[in-house]
Amino acid sequence: MATATNIAQLQDGEEEQLRRLTHNQRALRRLKKDYLTLGGLGILLLLVLIVITAPATTRILGIDHLTENLSKIYADPDSENLLGTDDKGRDHLARLMYGGQISLAIAVTASTLSMTIGISLGMLTGYYGGIVDDILIWLITTLNSIPQLFLLLIISSILSPSPIVFIGILGFLGWTGIMRLVRGETLSLREREYIIAARAMGASDARIMFQHIFPNLISIVVVTMAIDIGALILIESGLSFLGFGVQPPTPTWGNMLSESRAFFRKAPHLVIAPGLLISITVLCLYIIGDGLRDALDPTTVD
Amino acid sequence: MTRHIFRRIIQSIPTIFGVTILSYLIMTAAPGGPAALLTFGNIDDENNIQRQQIEERYGLNDPWIMQYVTWVAGNDWQVWKNRTIINEDGEEELVFRHTTQGVIRGDFGESFRQRRPALDIILERVPATLELGIASLLVALLVGIPIGIVAAIWHGGIFDNTSRILAVVGNAIPNFWFGLMLILFVGVFLDQPWARGNRCDLSANSRTGCGSVPIYQRMEYLLLPTFVLAYGGIANFSRFMRTSMLDTVSSDFIRTAYAKGLRNRTVWWRHAARNSLIPIATFLGPAIVGVIGGSAITEAIFTWPGLGRVFVESISSRDYPVVMASVLIASLLTVVGYIISDILYAVFDPRIRF
Repeated sequence: MATATNIAQLQDGEEEQLRRLTHNQRALRRLKKDYLTLGGLGILLLLVLIVITAPATTRILGIDHLTENLSKIYADPDSENLLGTDDKGRDHLARLMYGGQISLAIAVTASTLSMTIGISLGMLTGYYGGIVDDILIWLITTLNSIPQLFLLLIISSILSPSPIVFIGILGFLGWTGIMRLVRGETLSLREREYIIAARAMGASDARIMFQHIFPNLISIVVVTMAIDIGALILIESGLSFLGFGVQPPTPTWGNMLSESRAFFRKAPHLVIAPGLLISITVLCLYIIGDGLRDALDPTTVD
Repeated sequence: MTRHIFRRIIQSIPTIFGVTILSYLIMTAAPGGPAALLTFGNIDDENNIQRQQIEERYGLNDPWIMQYVTWVAGNDWQVWKNRTIINEDGEEELVFRHTTQGVIRGDFGESFRQRRPALDIILERVPATLELGIASLLVALLVGIPIGIVAAIWHGGIFDNTSRILAVVGNAIPNFWFGLMLILFVGVFLDQPWARGNRCDLSANSRTGCGSVPIYQRMEYLLLPTFVLAYGGIANFSRFMRTSMLDTVSSDFIRTAYAKGLRNRTVWWRHAARNSLIPIATFLGPAIVGVIGGSAITEAIFTWPGLGRVFVESISSRDYPVVMASVLIASLLTVVGYIISDILYAVFDPRIRF
């Protein structure tokens, strides 16, 4: 009898404890139990670490992504070139690491750009509405009616982009999805009682938007951004694959795939490695996005 | 119903209008773009008279809005189009404006490369794209939906979890890499010639597309490209169908069906599955868009003579009339895809009234 009461008290205590946690603490708790998401995060961090430390690693391994060695082309993986060499005898592993830097950097910055545009436009149009809202919705419908790849291909063929310009293109064309989400969310938040209360206390529009609406958007933004970065890596590699992305000799995973495609019977390992890296990276990002969505969802019951 | 379809078509007019403005804007922004190409690079010539003539002939001096109107609606109705200029002898000379009917009447101009109407080049490639697109949509639906239903029936089970993992993996693998891996495996290791490309391209006349060979004689060539284009759809449809099924089985009419004493199988497949199909219709629009957009890459891998491939080729060679024609046709197909999915939604769900 006594033990039963104790257990009940303990349970009660735990529930009480749970109740006191903030939303973010609760999300963190859920995330700690989600081994799939943690695994994805771990692999992604490892990949990022490997890619960032490329200069040091390549020096230790005695390889270089620029040195051409025409006496050793299409070499299979061996002890010197861990992933073999490409058509000009350059070390494939080193090129993959440097290519990863560009691929990841492009995806992250382009995503940041499109998120910034999408969030600001979404909040403004969701909050104020009016004619600007109508025009933007028309613009989005129009943009979505042109197959995205077609649009990207035209623009990047016209500008024949450097990595920086390429980021701009991806960023300025990718904001429609997040803008719709933020706009919808802002539209519903705008009518909540606490916003009306804030307005009644004389809060300015800017204060309401930044202090009261924006914090409620963070979870959507974080989830969308994780998935968006993954999608951008795919788009970048697809464009580079068709020859319209970042131009060689600057390596990205996409244009490495595209280059090695021409001789993939001679050296299939050159095709397999970049594709695998793209797949793993994107997979990790999608898993993280899904996991974060579950963890940040306030309706999830512990 | 007819009214709804009619209204939906009217609604898409501003969108199409927007597409023409946007694509024209991009085209005029091309450095040395259409003007230089139309005049074969003579635009910077020292010979100003000739330049003036060319500019007048193609209306390059007109305001942007007039050039756009001419491009869209043609100039054969413009009575003011022919102008006089002063030629090298100091005499007035009438320059006849290059006549166009405008894209609204199907005149996209002549291809710079092939010297024949751009629209013809595009239209003879559309069947190949549609063939591949419809095949892959069918595969995506016919494979994805049953997987979703089974996953929902055994939700939480091994099948459900496996299909969930495969769906995420399916979305993460770049489809061109997947295609290359399939070619490598089937075409090179298993040495199957059909895996390496389109039959119509392997044979001599690739120009006319696939019209000459009936589809049943080249089914094996469709196999790999269809699968590459469909696997993303399979992944999405199966997840979407699973969610929709799980939503449906918590409704009252399912409980009634159980209460009537119907067997499990009847409840799931006849009552739940059919009603869960309704929301799938909304997903069809984006799927069509994905198939059209994805055609550029899939067709490049499998040398499929479709819209996507002609688009990539014409962009590489800066063949602007063909580029513009393919963008507009692809957008038109996209808009039609959205309309079809809207209409299907209403057809599937008799509760929707207009």
